[in-house]
Amino acid sequence: MNLRNITADKLVALYQNRDLTASEVITSVYDDIERTDKEVHAFLSNCRERALEEARRMDTRIAAGEPLEPLAGVPVAIKDNMTIRDMTTTCGSRILENYVPPYTATAVERLRGAGAIVVGKTNCDEFAMGSSTENSGFFVTRNPHNLDRVPGGSSGGSAASVASGTSLIALGSDTGGSIRTPAAFCGVVGIKPTYGRVSRYGLVAFASSLDQIGPIAKSVRECAQALEVISGFDHFDSTSADTAVPEFVKNLDQPIKGIRIGIPKEYFVAGLDAEVRTKIEAGMRIYEDLGCELHEISLPHTEYAIATYYLIATAEASSNLARYDGVRYGLREAADSSLQEMYRRTRHHGFGQEVKRRILLGTYALSAGYYDAYYLKALKVRTLILRDFQKAFEQVDIILAPTSPTVAFKIGEKTGDPLSMYLSDIFTITQPLAGIPAISVPCGKNSENLPIGLQLMANHFQEGLLLGVAHHFEKAGGFVV
Amino acid sequence: MIHPYEAVIGLECHAQLLTKSKLFCSCSTKFGDPPNANTCPVCLGLPGALPVLNRVAVTMAVKAAIGLNCTINPESQWARKNYFYPDLPKGYQISQYDRPLGHHGFIEIKLEGKQKRIGVQRVHMEEDAGKSLHEGFPDSNRSTYLDFNRSGVPLIEIVSDPDIRSSAQAYDYLARLKQILEYLDVCDGNMDEGSLRCDANVSVRKFGDQKLGTRTELKNINSFRFVQKAIDYEVHRQIEVIESGGQVVQETRLWNSVEERTVSMRSKEEAHDYRYFPDPDLPLLVVDSEWIKTIQRSMPELPESRRERFEKEYALSEYDAGVLTTTRALADFFEETAKLSGHAKTAANWIMGDLLRFYKDNNVDLKDLSGSRVTPRMLAGMISLVDKGTISGKIAKTVMEEMYKSGKDPLQIIEEKGLLQISNTAEIEKIVNQVLEENPKPVEQYRLGKTGNFGFFVGQVMKATGGRANPQTVNEILKKRLAG
Repeated sequence: MNLRNITADKLVALYQNRDLTASEVITSVYDDIERTDKEVHAFLSNCRERALEEARRMDTRIAAGEPLEPLAGVPVAIKDNMTIRDMTTTCGSRILENYVPPYTATAVERLRGAGAIVVGKTNCDEFAMGSSTENSGFFVTRNPHNLDRVPGGSSGGSAASVASGTSLIALGSDTGGSIRTPAAFCGVVGIKPTYGRVSRYGLVAFASSLDQIGPIAKSVRECAQALEVISGFDHFDSTSADTAVPEFVKNLDQPIKGIRIGIPKEYFVAGLDAEVRTKIEAGMRIYEDLGCELHEISLPHTEYAIATYYLIATAEASSNLARYDGVRYGLREAADSSLQEMYRRTRHHGFGQEVKRRILLGTYALSAGYYDAYYLKALKVRTLILRDFQKAFEQVDIILAPTSPTVAFKIGEKTGDPLSMYLSDIFTITQPLAGIPAISVPCGKNSENLPIGLQLMANHFQEGLLLGVAHHFEKAGGFVV
Repeated sequence: MIHPYEAVIGLECHAQLLTKSKLFCSCSTKFGDPPNANTCPVCLGLPGALPVLNRVAVTMAVKAAIGLNCTINPESQWARKNYFYPDLPKGYQISQYDRPLGHHGFIEIKLEGKQKRIGVQRVHMEEDAGKSLHEGFPDSNRSTYLDFNRSGVPLIEIVSDPDIRSSAQAYDYLARLKQILEYLDVCDGNMDEGSLRCDANVSVRKFGDQKLGTRTELKNINSFRFVQKAIDYEVHRQIEVIESGGQVVQETRLWNSVEERTVSMRSKEEAHDYRYFPDPDLPLLVVDSEWIKTIQRSMPELPESRRERFEKEYALSEYDAGVLTTTRALADFFEETAKLSGHAKTAANWIMGDLLRFYKDNNVDLKDLSGSRVTPRMLAGMISLVDKGTISGKIAKTVMEEMYKSGKDPLQIIEEKGLLQISNTAEIEKIVNQVLEENPKPVEQYRLGKTGNFGFFVGQVMKATGGRANPQTVNEILKKRLAG
């Protein structure tokens, strides 16, 4: 039994036919974690006892011939910035090293409600701030395709777990590419839904107006299934959309002939790796062969995206991370002299360099005298970026671009140069700013056998179309498990 | 010499709304529960928890804003006020900043017969913080305990324009604000429990100057008396600073109620930069005209207009109307009694005289008279018994007291205690004869022309009948008999 060769839908079918038990599967998952995770380091914590208990219960139900939920007995991994009651939730940060939340995130609750079995929590950049999972306060996760390479970030542990076969579906969160970049680097599928599609309740906030939970899996079908389960209005998140959730899985095979696909010229510029470009262009030809129309389009404000993103995201983060003050939970560093000293020492030791950099940046952007020039200006540019997309979606149904300008880079390659790290997100930050959904699907490998991701974007709440278009691509391109 | 300075004062008041649950979660707002009993991931600011707006709180806040004559913003915005403090669990307070719920309102005050309009700059909603407990624990010398029961309790902040010119005006503004909030049933106005809190911005300038002087902000003035004292102290302090050639420093000062003075807390340089920005966890607060209309329909008559109406409708003096409209409950009590008895003035006298004295002696809260043993129906019943001559006015006082003590119906009291008025002429004649027989000397004096002692005979008859004799009948018979 190796999860790398099977998908969730097939696994559930095997259970249904009683060819396999959930206990066997979960047991083998933990064997695999023990074997491979020593090298990959995808997991921060696991919950073997509870998972095995859930598997046994599932087996009793299977044996009794009960109808099974769509993700019955499917092993899933959860990025460690989502709360699960009675399991540590560290966000990859020392400041929350021993923090155990008293409640479970809505998305996780819904996955469990659909029969999924959580096997563990995955590593990430501290508070989801990073593009490589090197910013974890605990250890670096490695790319299963090449252990010297990063898995992408910040949901690197989730993507690496799926790619190395220690879970079938993993939840990640995407603020500026944190689902799509690791999916691309690890050769799997990852979708960032429309802002508001999935409840953020229980997702530890990085940048509240951008954060969105989404699934990572080996196939579009599994992503569609997981997304269908976790989507929908949640009373506990005032920003979750009260919009009907379509049947994503059922509609995957809808014909895509005549679909208009936009190719934004701003995404095909210097800095885009030649091999990545070749594969993306090959991907375009696949769509032409499928009867889609390709149109060159322009998203003129793309060049301001990095600056805009790093003002808005850091401003919100500076406020969101204020609660980690050592007073009520998490790390507290002793200080004899004063409360201020306790704050300073706790936050000095608890947060890593990148988190501190962003808190400082965001605090500055919101400060009296700078607010208008930075934060307010960034909000205005954000509106312009949204308008770029609105105009584009008047002409086309889907936008196609690379997910990342490069394949997975080497561990340590960019850690000394934050700006070059920020620039690696260039293709994945405009979508959260505009709130639109985007998916990364594998589109082949480079000469070093490293995966390349093709990114598709759609208008707000058009995940159904997005998943269908991606599904046809993986079939036609032969990028299926 | 005419005092050359005038004070310029603005008040910032925080009022706790009377909701059952908190502003952004369903935890109870109950006062006095064990520490941290009423908390959840949301009001503890746990990682990943999100705020969900309590619509009842918004309804109450809109009510208050309308009651303070504000314009309601159809779209107001939640903002985060960022600062570090141990009892502030998220490191920011959810408040409103550049788009408050209501703006441009006013409160009418009246001092020494002069009416004055004090502007209400804004009314905005926000959540309360928790409470730091610095005292009362064995290790209080080195530890502070935190109680988050109050964290997330809904507040409104009411900011006045700098229209107030004296501590007496400030007092009156505050009293009327409290009264309006109580009438609307949106705040209990209790300054001791902190459900109404007040800060004052104070500056002074020479009369005639247009430019405002440098202001200081006074905190910790949490009683009506302290508001007046603190402002008086601060105004004098600022004048002294200027008169001695100095300059007032812009700063926050704390009122020390023991030493009765204000002390510097932090300077302008040390002031927080709260880094307000729109809260991305909450959509715009939309209050559409439908909602406003529904709220307007549920608004009770407010004290100002009720007082005016009482003066006109019931021919009451301004003073009486003022007293009777102190609280909504008292005004309701009066109005019901007036209607049931048909004698508004008499009702007013009984309430303002005997009843209010009873209430005061027994520390009854005039905001809630639902537990009062004397009801408007009973009081009206008693008034009409006097009116019909069933009992005398004097006996009525006894009945009133008995009603307050026992809660019994006036008729029942009269029957049980045999207090029925004696109007029977024969019976009274008998008693009069007896009184005259027993007092030959006064009778003789009267008949000799010293008629001034007539009251003595009345008193004797009343004494003999326990006050029950009809005074008119007594007068008539006495006059006849004394005439010989």
